[in-house]
Amino acid sequence: MLAAVIALTALAAVFGLVLGFAAIHFKVQGNPLADKIDALLPQTQCGQCSYAGCRPYAEAIAKGEADINQCPPGGETTILALAQLLGRDPKPLNAEHGMVKPKMLAVIDEQLCIGCTLCIQACPVDAILGAAKQMHTVIAGECTGCELCLPPCPVDCIRMVPVQADLGSWKWPQPVELASAGNFG
Amino acid sequence: MKQKLWRFPGGLHLAGHKSESTSVPVTKARLPNRLVLPLQQHIGEPAKPLVAPGDRVLKGQMIAAASGYVSVPLHAPTSGTVIEIAEYPIPHPSGLSAPCIVIESDGTDKWCERRPLAHYQTLEPSALRNVLREAGIVGLGGAGFPTFIKLNPGPDRKVDTLILNGAECEPYITCDDMLMRERADEIVAGLAIMRHALQAAHCIIGIEDNKPDACAAIAQALRKVGMIDMRVMQVPTRYPAGGEKQLIQVLTGKEVPSNGLPIHIGIVCHNVATAAAVYRAIMHGEPLIARYVTITSAGTGAGVHAPRNLEVLFGTPMRELIEQCSGALTPGFQTIMGGPMMGFAVHDTAAPVIKTTHCVLVTQQATTAPALPCIRCGACVEACPASLLPQQLYWHARAKEFDKTQDYNLFDCIECGACAAVCPSNIPLVQYYRYAKGEIWTREREKQKADVARQRHEFRLARLAQEKADREARHAEKKAALALKQAQQEEKIH
Repeated sequence: MLAAVIALTALAAVFGLVLGFAAIHFKVQGNPLADKIDALLPQTQCGQCSYAGCRPYAEAIAKGEADINQCPPGGETTILALAQLLGRDPKPLNAEHGMVKPKMLAVIDEQLCIGCTLCIQACPVDAILGAAKQMHTVIAGECTGCELCLPPCPVDCIRMVPVQADLGSWKWPQPVELASAGNFG
Repeated sequence: MKQKLWRFPGGLHLAGHKSESTSVPVTKARLPNRLVLPLQQHIGEPAKPLVAPGDRVLKGQMIAAASGYVSVPLHAPTSGTVIEIAEYPIPHPSGLSAPCIVIESDGTDKWCERRPLAHYQTLEPSALRNVLREAGIVGLGGAGFPTFIKLNPGPDRKVDTLILNGAECEPYITCDDMLMRERADEIVAGLAIMRHALQAAHCIIGIEDNKPDACAAIAQALRKVGMIDMRVMQVPTRYPAGGEKQLIQVLTGKEVPSNGLPIHIGIVCHNVATAAAVYRAIMHGEPLIARYVTITSAGTGAGVHAPRNLEVLFGTPMRELIEQCSGALTPGFQTIMGGPMMGFAVHDTAAPVIKTTHCVLVTQQATTAPALPCIRCGACVEACPASLLPQQLYWHARAKEFDKTQDYNLFDCIECGACAAVCPSNIPLVQYYRYAKGEIWTREREKQKADVARQRHEFRLARLAQEKADREARHAEKKAALALKQAQQEEKIH
């Protein structure tokens, strides 16, 4: 009886030391789950999810504070990917956060722009170029279409235009099945 | 001489319909008034225009330069004046328009200065490749990949076998057949040049056994120049024997690895028409400005009444070719670029013939039979020449499980359409695979874009934090200086 108690205590002490050592020396920096979630988000940094960007939203999901269906730019694709990563059931996009829209691009009307730099300060990815009292312009390739530059503009010279399909981005559409072909799964 | 041949898995026997368009010799198509030349006629970056509206150009003059490595220049197919550089319909499944150079021909067809290189043997392979690049030569079998890249095996790779693909396995198409019959000498000479560029040990010309005339012509051309180490081999007529990987397997018994290229097993494969173009470029100094095109129709009830092959200048509208072959486009007919298996419907017949146009096929508008449920009969698996599982790919593509389609090697699919042709339920299988491939590519592009956006956002946050810290530091400094000054003044008063 006593031998067993001593043996178990000794074992517990040894394992405790090992685990304690590992917890300090092999501690993973940062939050690996949040990193994985962040990698699946579209990085528009638009804040429609009610967080201050994609990273904060990813951290909130990792902590269990936010749901996986709050990202309109990511749409169904992102929700499915998140559901798979987290082992949850996919659910439809929460309409409170917005609707799925086609890809947009901000365009500044350079005739109207007064060079106030407010949009430059609002752009989360530094995609607007310009200086005080100089004309501003959008670097089309870097714009994520987040629309954050629209509200601060005092002269409403920014508008969102849909991204045009060109040969480079064209893809074959999903085939339309004429008959209601159910599967004999 | 009977050579040992292997076989590829799957495949189909299809009605050839080749004799319709091989009864008359090839003639030149009429010179059109206006030629519309898309800047992108090849795989890779589009060419950059070198001319402006109003410029006079001569036949063979370079009108657009290559931009980037995977790109080739574009040349004026005839002499005339550049009218405009603008968006015009191009032959593409999307039906989109793309930037084109439009030339109004002056009818004289006057050549620019040509520089033949009679002694190509004295040239380094790299110099030879440069000449071919400047001549705008791309693979004429249909894909349009720049030829000079495929003639560059890389520094540490040796080419064992150079294969010329004259299989032309798709029904209705006969342009390679006619080219082999009429220009066998040029093909053989082109093969010798390609061989010099690659330093290949062996050369094989593979031709399907439904083209005995072409085979005899090539064999005779080989005898004439005494090329005893180049062989012609007849391969059994079985679709898709003209697929690059399939032809290699039939001729050599070697299988191109999944996600690999033929060069990885020491083989390079070119089309016979490309070889002829290489000959014209080197021995006559002529860039690629024209090609043989089959104009024919499928099915009953007219379309093209006099199907044939024409030598067509790039930029010629397809509509004019159809008219020249006593064809008319009545409602209910559609024009397909390519064959019935792998071609696509052209939305506008004003679209021009480009480097990759081997066939203009007029067919009755397909009344798509409704797709029925998959009954898991497995016919597609037996037909697949790439040893894939088409029905698994179909399930997963349909369910948008694109990761799983890749697990089933979606990207080894050559889109030959054999699976869809045998499907008893009329499921448009190839469309599903194209859709899945497109989605996967789009997602990859979007992922890259998202990564860049994340980087820029993180950089911005770091920059803002740094600016704030700097500001606070300056503030603290000023405060400290002020405090010191006050302390000194107080000391003075005391």
